[in-house]
Amino acid sequence: MTMAPANGGVPRPEAGGETSPEKLFTPVLSAFWDEPRPWTLETYLRHDGYAGARKALAMAPDDVIAYVKDSGLRGRGGAGFPTGMKWQFIPQGDGKPHYLVVNADESEPGTCKDIPLLFANPHALIEGMLIASYAIRCDHAFIYLRGETVPVLRRLHEAVREAYAAGYLGRNVLGSGLDLDITVHAGAGAYICGEETALLDSLEGRRGQPRLRPPFPAVAGLYACPTVVNNVESIASVPAILGRGKEWFRSMGSEKSPGFTLYSLSGHVANPGQYEAPLGITLRQLLDVSGGMRPGHRLKFWTPGGSSTPMLTEEHLDVPLDYEAVGAAGSMLGTKALQCFDETTCVVRAVTRWTEFYAHESCGKCTPCREGTYWLVQLLRDLEAGKGRMGDLDKLADIADNINGKSFCALGDGAASPIFSSLTYFRAEYEQHIKGKGCPFDPARSTAWADQSHPEVHV
Amino acid sequence: MTDVQLGMPQFPAPDYPADVRARLEADAREVIARYPDSRSALLPLLHLVQSEEGHVTATGIRFCAELLELTTAEVTAVATFYTMYRRGPSGDYQVGVCTNTLCAVLGGDAIFETLREHLGVANGGTTEDGRVTLEHIECNAACDFAPVVMVNWEFFDNQTPQSAKDLVDDLRAGRPVQPTRGARLCTFKETARILAGFPDQRPGAVEESGGAGPATLAGLRLARGEGPAARVGPPRGAPAQDGRPARRQEGEE
Repeated sequence: MTMAPANGGVPRPEAGGETSPEKLFTPVLSAFWDEPRPWTLETYLRHDGYAGARKALAMAPDDVIAYVKDSGLRGRGGAGFPTGMKWQFIPQGDGKPHYLVVNADESEPGTCKDIPLLFANPHALIEGMLIASYAIRCDHAFIYLRGETVPVLRRLHEAVREAYAAGYLGRNVLGSGLDLDITVHAGAGAYICGEETALLDSLEGRRGQPRLRPPFPAVAGLYACPTVVNNVESIASVPAILGRGKEWFRSMGSEKSPGFTLYSLSGHVANPGQYEAPLGITLRQLLDVSGGMRPGHRLKFWTPGGSSTPMLTEEHLDVPLDYEAVGAAGSMLGTKALQCFDETTCVVRAVTRWTEFYAHESCGKCTPCREGTYWLVQLLRDLEAGKGRMGDLDKLADIADNINGKSFCALGDGAASPIFSSLTYFRAEYEQHIKGKGCPFDPARSTAWADQSHPEVHV
Repeated sequence: MTDVQLGMPQFPAPDYPADVRARLEADAREVIARYPDSRSALLPLLHLVQSEEGHVTATGIRFCAELLELTTAEVTAVATFYTMYRRGPSGDYQVGVCTNTLCAVLGGDAIFETLREHLGVANGGTTEDGRVTLEHIECNAACDFAPVVMVNWEFFDNQTPQSAKDLVDDLRAGRPVQPTRGARLCTFKETARILAGFPDQRPGAVEESGGAGPATLAGLRLARGEGPAARVGPPRGAPAQDGRPARRQEGEE
């Protein structure tokens, strides 16, 4: 029997602190995902479904915007921009159609929250879209779903059909006078379409390449009309805010990062999965209650919100996972995709693979990203194979610096993140590859089945 | 002189046979009507033509161009940008192995290599029987189920080299295959039709595989006091004796 070291072997700072899972977690979006048919309208209505929309439709649209703004809800797609403020930016009385576009293109490596959310409970999104559309005066909203998730597409088709049949969509919704159509749109495979302006170009039937800003989508978005682009989880969180109140929402999380959110734990952890908790929980707390790293192993590096957020290490286990604290720790909260890698993982291999991804997904519009990611891949492949030279490390940093902040969109910044952060924390490991003329790691030890014959430990 | 193909379609392209054209045109009009601007229908229409022929042909491009009043160059530019549109004939079942970092590290690389050897095809290659096309794919938003394999974009979670080998053997032998999350498989062409915006009409398809996979429910179960699954190690909180990871014993495997 092997004892797994607690939290990667680091003693907890506050013994006896709040670690009971019943108190740590706050299932709201995930509250009834374990019901037999959670995706149906029937189940949703049994759990106060569409109650938030009824409240919203009884308010003035501007008051709904103010309410969501006061709740402090911030975008869950990565950037953390206040959702209500995005809605407020839509010019009213301009005579143009307004559009709501939901970004369901979840493709950031490590990110896996919107897809299970939509698979289990698509009506939370549709109700949120109803509220948002009413608030911004939109009568045609779109769900841009990445195409590679057909099971979710099926559920969305069905949920939209149910919502029309029950009068939550269509003409004069619930007698409010609001007309609302929702079009479910499947993408066709392109990470860049998660960038909001590339998404809009793609939704207009073009290559998904980002647009110059300004003008921002709030002024000239879809078909050059005022458009709100929101992440799935942001919009799906709105019904609960309306239903249970902004004070309830603000009672969770912190002043600047209020509310609940989905944390996605993955990698070399004992129990990967979705954990819904107030903003500000730490990775140590999450690992504490969920079973920690896989038995016998220790956390080496992790991402707080996908591969585009600079990696962190064991020393950051106690960073509150909210927008401010993760930023102060030198990274970004991003999508809360907590990819955890243990000591069997080669960081050079991990970064090389992510960089190959960015090179593959670079849309080619701007030179720093298109050329920079290509050259990063060439250098990294040599380094991983033990064919690198010491000077390559500075060259890596230099190329990353020429991409970061100098590209047309955030994909370039994302590509630079793993490079900078891995050089900061693991430069010695790069040097080891160069001096030893090869990779010192055995990839077989990192696999999910590496310890399979290992006796299981029951609590 | 070398003839560089680049996989670009050759024009002028022949039209579809009249009956096919009439059927696709009716479908296309339905798709176009969903958008305020017809060009927005281009991605779904490319899925639609793919559902007819299994890949985007020059004829399919011509069809999209005619219906949306675009040039074939404009349609080609879009069709070649997105990875889900195939440029040549391929298998009934697209087997995509995630080899982005997290899945790769947890075994996706080993699964991909195993399948490549087992099927005797390279990345993007199709087996001689025309059943299986093997591809490595990017992160498919299922990292808590890593390593992940997608077949015609349905989820096959927590795969191993052996389970993946069994999977492709079943596909080639025509045995029924059930995804861990998603509906029983249909062919690549039938999948493309759903992607074009036509709901899956098979009875029970929406229901299949239930509401959520086990990992999806991990946090909810803990919040209910149900405790983590059995494969969890000893309770956390007790610091390791020497502050270092306990190593597996020699010969333990």
